[in-house]
Amino acid sequence: MTVYGKEGHTAADHLHTREMILNMGPAHPAMHGTVKMILTLDGETIKDADIHVGYLHRGFEKMCEEQTWNQVMPYTDRLNYSSPLINNMGYAMAVEKIAGIEITPRCRWIRTLVSELSRITDHITCIGAQALELAAYSPFLYGIEARELLYQLIEELTGARLTVSYARIGGLRHDLTDTFEAHYRERLPRIHQLLEDVHRLLTKNRIYYDRMAGTGVISAEDAIDYGFSGPVLRSTGVTYDVRKNYPYLAYGDVDFEVPVGSEGDNYDRYLVRVEEIKQSLRIIDQCFKNMPDGPVNIEDWNVVLPPKEEVYNTIEGMIAHFKIIMHGSDIPEGEAYSYVEGANGELGFYVVSSGGRGPYKMHVRGPSLHLMQGIHKMILGGMIADLVPTFDSINMIGGEIDR
Amino acid sequence: MSVALVAAIQSRFGDAILDSHDLAGDDTVTLRKDALVDVCRYLREDPSCQMEMLVDVTAIDWQEKRSERYEVVYHLHSLSLKHRLRIKVAVSEEDLTVPTLTGIWRGANWPERETWDMYGIRFDGHPDLRRLLLYPEFEGHPLRKDYPVRGYQPLVDMPSLPVDREDSEE
Repeated sequence: MTVYGKEGHTAADHLHTREMILNMGPAHPAMHGTVKMILTLDGETIKDADIHVGYLHRGFEKMCEEQTWNQVMPYTDRLNYSSPLINNMGYAMAVEKIAGIEITPRCRWIRTLVSELSRITDHITCIGAQALELAAYSPFLYGIEARELLYQLIEELTGARLTVSYARIGGLRHDLTDTFEAHYRERLPRIHQLLEDVHRLLTKNRIYYDRMAGTGVISAEDAIDYGFSGPVLRSTGVTYDVRKNYPYLAYGDVDFEVPVGSEGDNYDRYLVRVEEIKQSLRIIDQCFKNMPDGPVNIEDWNVVLPPKEEVYNTIEGMIAHFKIIMHGSDIPEGEAYSYVEGANGELGFYVVSSGGRGPYKMHVRGPSLHLMQGIHKMILGGMIADLVPTFDSINMIGGEIDR
Repeated sequence: MSVALVAAIQSRFGDAILDSHDLAGDDTVTLRKDALVDVCRYLREDPSCQMEMLVDVTAIDWQEKRSERYEVVYHLHSLSLKHRLRIKVAVSEEDLTVPTLTGIWRGANWPERETWDMYGIRFDGHPDLRRLLLYPEFEGHPLRKDYPVRGYQPLVDMPSLPVDREDSEE
């Protein structure tokens, strides 16, 4: 008979102490998309993690290689579906880089403006969803209301909330609508109020702070080695922001700051995102102020569709239209790697042209892939409950990892 | 800046550079395959290069357009010195291997797995060369140009669920 409590017979001697393997995801509510993590647990401590990002495989790159240059645009909407406008601009810039196309000043400013709108929607989604998964439901609702206000604005501009396809090679689909600025200004007080509500609910919330501070820590050295970028890299104190380091579009002409953290933990990533939203609002304001008048598209009908009056009334216009629709634009032979600051970090497009009607090779450098390959550095040795805010704070988007 | 980088590689490694260009402002060097690791280690560690970040790895399938069918493409970036470099290595169909760079940048791990997954190019010395996005039973490598756009895959048998023997014995 076993007598507990006597020497040599503690309860621990008779309990299972082996490590447990836990398959977390893909149906776990805290896992996004098709991600699953095979965790080796000692109690609740994570000893080992094997991360599978899964096969969402939609064949993005394969499809792009079959399309004409302009037909690729709708596919890019679906990369990081929280900030589709940035993807649009990134792709258009890559093709323009190969072809040596200089876009018009007004187009540069509009692209900057809409990119920042997208950045805000992305960051709000991330912050809201993160709070939601830590059981704070209200900030999610406030965040989503703010995002909704911006989505309506984007819908007014592009006709779609998410699948925007707003950019064109050499310009944009069309200029801003006449009421765009007025509608933005109308919504702005409410957006500020909602952001303030989220801030007051979360930033000094004891529970939120305890779960975020000191969890999911990564050092600057590791972050760089794993190819991190965006808010996660900046939370470690590295001031790398493509918008500042390699100014593109109108970012060189606007005044904004790049917030950085110091600890590299979840709480710093939250603070960085909150501050970036404020900076984005600043940039949008400056865009409205400084945006020049003028055309949004270049005049070259080899790459940009001619205006409809020309198509219906002149033979040249009609031929140009027909040529682009039926054959596509001819982009000279070459290759280019063009990168923009996506909401999650450096979003790069590596495009190879063999002089044909579409890309010969198309590769997306999505920041999420690099964040996911280093996530084990943030979760190993931590508790399983810390995995949830960590995974949310890197804001992995499955569409971006897909090839 | 980066012209100096190309010149530095040239002077140190002599004939390692087979070709170089700066189309659209992107400095690019094509290296001999056997020189890849040494050049990359130099680029990472030398104070005048400081390429701390491996931004991206991918490949291009040239089919019969080139004598060597594939080209593996690396993008490097120096955060401190603000320069970038693209490195290309030709890979022939007979010898589909490239030395891994995981010993230099840990961040080479997943991008190399992705390239193996999509193009079937092996990275010699890679610690964990499994498919990244697709499932293990997938046949072929989808981003090769000869993989059909509407390719179909055979059905995979569902493995029988493993029984936890230790539990059933107790």
